[in-house]
Amino acid sequence: MEDFKLIKQGAESKLFKGRYLGVPALVKDRFKKAYRHSTLDDTLMKERIKAEVRAILKCKSVGIRTPTLYLVDLHRRSIYMEYFPHSVTAKEFIFNANESLIEILSVYIGKLLGKMHANNIVHGDLTTSNILISNKKKIDIFYETFDNLELILIDFGLSHTESTVEDKAVDLYVLERAILSTHTTTCNIFTLILNGYKAENKSCIEVFNKLEEVRARGRKRTMVG
Amino acid sequence: MVIAIGFEGSANKLGIGIVKDGEVLSNCRRTYITPPGEGFLPKETAIHHRQNVLQVLREAIDKSGVKVSDIDVVCYTKGPGMGAPLATVAIVARTVAQIWNKPLLGVNHCIGHIEMGRLITGAKNPIVLYVSGGNTQVIAYSKKRYRIFGETIDIAVGNCLDRFARIIKLSNDPSPGYNIEQLAKKGEKYALLPYCVKGMDVSFSGILTYMEERIESLLKDGYTEADLCYSLQETVFAMLVETTERALAHCEATEVLIVGGVGCNERLQAMMHQMCVERDAKLFATDERFCIDNGVMIAHAGAEMFNSGTRMKWEDCFITQRYRTDEVETTWRED
Repeated sequence: MEDFKLIKQGAESKLFKGRYLGVPALVKDRFKKAYRHSTLDDTLMKERIKAEVRAILKCKSVGIRTPTLYLVDLHRRSIYMEYFPHSVTAKEFIFNANESLIEILSVYIGKLLGKMHANNIVHGDLTTSNILISNKKKIDIFYETFDNLELILIDFGLSHTESTVEDKAVDLYVLERAILSTHTTTCNIFTLILNGYKAENKSCIEVFNKLEEVRARGRKRTMVG
Repeated sequence: MVIAIGFEGSANKLGIGIVKDGEVLSNCRRTYITPPGEGFLPKETAIHHRQNVLQVLREAIDKSGVKVSDIDVVCYTKGPGMGAPLATVAIVARTVAQIWNKPLLGVNHCIGHIEMGRLITGAKNPIVLYVSGGNTQVIAYSKKRYRIFGETIDIAVGNCLDRFARIIKLSNDPSPGYNIEQLAKKGEKYALLPYCVKGMDVSFSGILTYMEERIESLLKDGYTEADLCYSLQETVFAMLVETTERALAHCEATEVLIVGGVGCNERLQAMMHQMCVERDAKLFATDERFCIDNGVMIAHAGAEMFNSGTRMKWEDCFITQRYRTDEVETTWRED
């Protein structure tokens, strides 16, 4: 870990960048949270590392791009995985790209999520920060054309396997709210995402109906006091 | 210069307060307290407010030292809250506004908490954790609205605590949450309880059911009531701190403000403080005078609205049980 440099402190983990076995690697360290009771903290850490590893592998097996895993170490609370040097988050991309690129991206995100849900993987924490856009040509050009770009899904700590529509609908609802509170674009990102989702998910009608229900739950809650 | 009077009565607290340009002149309150094992119901709460409101109004005016003729605007809680108590207090506000011939403004209760918190603590653009008996929301300000980032998908955290207090028959005086907090200080043994975070959202009903169903066997297994209070607090507060930190990281914000009745819990404040230290953020919190529902927060938020030109037509001055934080355009914020 000596050559690893801290690049980001997320809510749940510290991210370090460095080299592992000769390739660029990212270490996700789920460090001890001082505010949390240590029993609870240990339980959550283990649950989430396992969930993350499981979902990353499951996604790979169905053709969704996720970081390759190098090493999982429950004692040191960390996962060593592939690092994408030539990438931006979908959040940054939407801030910087023109509308037509954002439209293309949105449909691609939808397709990705449709496929993920069709395979009963529920992400649990979908935001535009948890989707990476990487340039396959290993150059830092993102905002000209979508041809060489690919989407990579990350941050599966809250994920689980689930076949019912409820959790899939909540998954989409979490993303919708994250988009509403972060992005204001003229095109409706979320509607385009749902269009893409439709193309890759046969049971989309059930999920969308459930999504309506989940949305209504929020609005109808009485919020007394 | 604006002098505003605020009427609050959305739940079991009846409060009337007067502010003059952000300076608190008076902050009077009565709480409807129910016997151990019982919660407060709309009808009885409304009766309590009706019986006390005029006396509290007299107190608030006398303490403030202002003449009624100097008041610029009458503010009241439009919602969200319990229907009958809201209506009781709104009727008094409507009546005095007509007698004194002053403009009337209906204020969103949640906005009242947020603006009060910002005024008292000086927080500029914080991620707000709003936690009370009826609400649990993580809020971030963006483009003229307080946007709800995460919230409970079932019951509020305060409701979960209150109902747990009822299970173990803790006193409701001064509040069930306060008594849980005191008892939890004696707890040592941690029981692992359901922990439910879904992205930005949290859920508390499962924990409550778990407690309801297992209370006897937990007590038999050697956990004391204090241990269970302690475990419950550690678990639900960890969920709140986690989602707040998520919002903090996502928005790249550097301030956290805790408001609402549960916000005066010192254990919650300490946990949030620890999280803030770990990521170089600053925590702002207030004590029970301003955390718990009060009239001043309604007066202050109303004064901000009044100052920025908001006026309400008489027929719009009704009450509503459902009134979400993000429905209000924050005309008074420039950023």
